[in-house]
Amino acid sequence: MRIRVDYSTVYEYAQPASNVLQLLRVQPAGHEGQHVVNWRIDSDCDGHLKRGEDAFGNITHMFYPDGLIQRLALHVSGEVDTQESHGVLAGTFEPLPAMAFLRQSELTRPDDALLALARQIDAGDALASCHRLTGLLYDGMTFDADVTHSHSDAAHAFAIKAGVCQDYAHIFLSVARSIGIPARYVSGHLVRQDGLITQPAAHAWAEALIPDLGWVAFDPTNGMCATEAYLRVAVGLDYRDAAPIRGARRGGGTETMNVAVTTQASGQASGRHPGLGELGQQTQEQSQS
Amino acid sequence: MQAIPAFDEMFGSGEGYDSRSPAGVTAAYRAIRQWMADSPPELMAARRAQAELFFRRIGITFAVYGDAQATERLIPFDIVPRILTRAEWDRLERGLKQRVQALNMFLADIYGPREILKAGVVPAELVLMNPAYCLHMVGRSPPGGVWVHIAGIDLVRTGSDDFYVLEDNARTPSGVSYMLENREVMLKLVPELFDQVKVAPVETYPERLLETLASVSPRKVRAGHPTCVLLTPGQYNSAFYEHSFLADKLGIELVEGNDLFVRDDIVFMRTTEGPQRVDVIYRRVDDAFIDPLVFNPDSMLGVPGLMAAYAAGNVTLANAVGTGIADDKAIYSYMPEIVRFYTGEEPILANVPTWRCREPEALMYVLDHLPELVVKEVDGSGGYGMLVGPHASKTTIAAFAAKLKANPEKFIAQPTLALSTCPTATDGGVAARHVDLRPFVLTGADGVRIVPGGLTRVAMTAGSLVVNSSQGGGTKDTWIIDG
Repeated sequence: MRIRVDYSTVYEYAQPASNVLQLLRVQPAGHEGQHVVNWRIDSDCDGHLKRGEDAFGNITHMFYPDGLIQRLALHVSGEVDTQESHGVLAGTFEPLPAMAFLRQSELTRPDDALLALARQIDAGDALASCHRLTGLLYDGMTFDADVTHSHSDAAHAFAIKAGVCQDYAHIFLSVARSIGIPARYVSGHLVRQDGLITQPAAHAWAEALIPDLGWVAFDPTNGMCATEAYLRVAVGLDYRDAAPIRGARRGGGTETMNVAVTTQASGQASGRHPGLGELGQQTQEQSQS
Repeated sequence: MQAIPAFDEMFGSGEGYDSRSPAGVTAAYRAIRQWMADSPPELMAARRAQAELFFRRIGITFAVYGDAQATERLIPFDIVPRILTRAEWDRLERGLKQRVQALNMFLADIYGPREILKAGVVPAELVLMNPAYCLHMVGRSPPGGVWVHIAGIDLVRTGSDDFYVLEDNARTPSGVSYMLENREVMLKLVPELFDQVKVAPVETYPERLLETLASVSPRKVRAGHPTCVLLTPGQYNSAFYEHSFLADKLGIELVEGNDLFVRDDIVFMRTTEGPQRVDVIYRRVDDAFIDPLVFNPDSMLGVPGLMAAYAAGNVTLANAVGTGIADDKAIYSYMPEIVRFYTGEEPILANVPTWRCREPEALMYVLDHLPELVVKEVDGSGGYGMLVGPHASKTTIAAFAAKLKANPEKFIAQPTLALSTCPTATDGGVAARHVDLRPFVLTGADGVRIVPGGLTRVAMTAGSLVVNSSQGGGTKDTWIIDG
């Protein structure tokens, strides 16, 4: 499938802000099932973009806009060819030993309820356990964009049995790791089966290391393994390591951030590109649905 | 408190303080013993009062967390110096160099090829799953290849030739300002003693530290020196006094996160003459707070973008990010193997025998012997959260056993060592008090520097083995003398 992504983020500050800088993880790397055809990062502000790579192997950019900033639009777009592999990954760049992904992070630390869930889904076999976990979260959780924040942790989301894709992923990671399955957070994009092209945020799911298979992608929000409709951008221990944008600034007062993502198969009837003015409004830190 | 028979550094045994006999005095202490004998109690009391005045005037204080009485207080200073001979020091110095070299090689390895884990010398999970193992540093190499620029190695002594390393402090060791201040005060207080005894100088420490920092500058500065700064979390940090003291002695700017910014992967300091490029940051801010874009997003203490500048090789952080893993007490227990693995030599400095409670057999032993052991958290410091079995009540021990069983991997245990004692001026006259020693080892791209001596910490309470300043411990000037 050829996936085309257009991804816009607009920041506006009540007053001009200085020393604005952003750490971006918005550019996908290729692997066996994912070939990046073209990709670009644009902004309406002048500045410097410095490419790097983080310890997880993600492509990073530091964006340093010039001068005082009151409005900053970032536009990421590109096309990627993907192949169906039923979620099984091959040829990914793996600079970290798998054991590092057994570590819980601040956002995945399990509480008693998550540990109980871990005992409940533990099938003794990693693949079966991950499938059970994916199905159980899909059935038992309610997708709700208004109940959690980008800094909510797995224990909180599981306690209220609701959240966005980021929360589903964190719960998956918390449970998988606590039964000894290395697991990591994935941020990326999804061509939705329901044909909804314009989405309020990027997508997130999880990968687990399964004996004899390697890394396998599970999407608990949609109750399935990843397919060719999934475009994988960045991985990490949790959202914080893989977040598309982490930024800082001096001054600026209140910040508003608007995000719009269109993700579609290239053959798909083209949806309307959202004007930057009519995007859904989000909280300060961008969360992933 | 139960007294533990210990080696006394003046008398060479546990005897002597009551007999008032100079016969058994070690050579190192002869002049000091005479000086104390010549000083009537009133004179000693006057000197103690004067010393306290000096420290009050300097304003040297230490904040104690959890102490509602006073956020800042003076650390007790003892006017009787602690003495080591040149021969004793030479051996310690060789051991310290070897150990810190091994620590640097260990860090370069675990963040690089991980040979020691592949060889099975240190269990992989102990490193890779350790919260202090900073994943963001994997595959990185700090400028000059140095990880631990400033190490504070805690040594204890149990006999004439028996020194042990108690802890390695590779994260942000503190206390060197006390080493320097103690010497300054002693020079003012008893100049006549320095005429009689040839004491190795420690005053060169700031110069050595600055040379060390300059040697790891990523930028070869043609004219003048690279720009070094000291990054402090600010005045509410317990060691703020030391930060401002050291910046002053080094002649470098004392900065907070807000004074620095990153532009195009280069770190700048705001100055009245405009932005100035920064080459080396002697940072006293912990990893978790150093860059809100990579670590704790709520941190106001760090510098956004600093890790990008660091990864690009445009700035040096001293110590490197991720060195905290070397402070882990379970890692410590493998130090003899680590020294052998990297240097091919036998360790010159011994480790204290350590039970790793993560190992079931060790845990069983520890639970059965709590009243005689010292139990510490693997990531603890400052004497917080530790159990000193021989000094603990039955209730305390029972409560600790429960904690231990719940999370055994968080603890190690060691025999209760009879730390050596030194003569110490107390309200009731000179008496033996337990001490340890923290020498500071500097590692630059051009080699290792150690000023002779270090910080001697002394438990001011009779019989107490806890020397940490956060637990009421005091300090002494430490003299390395010829002869």
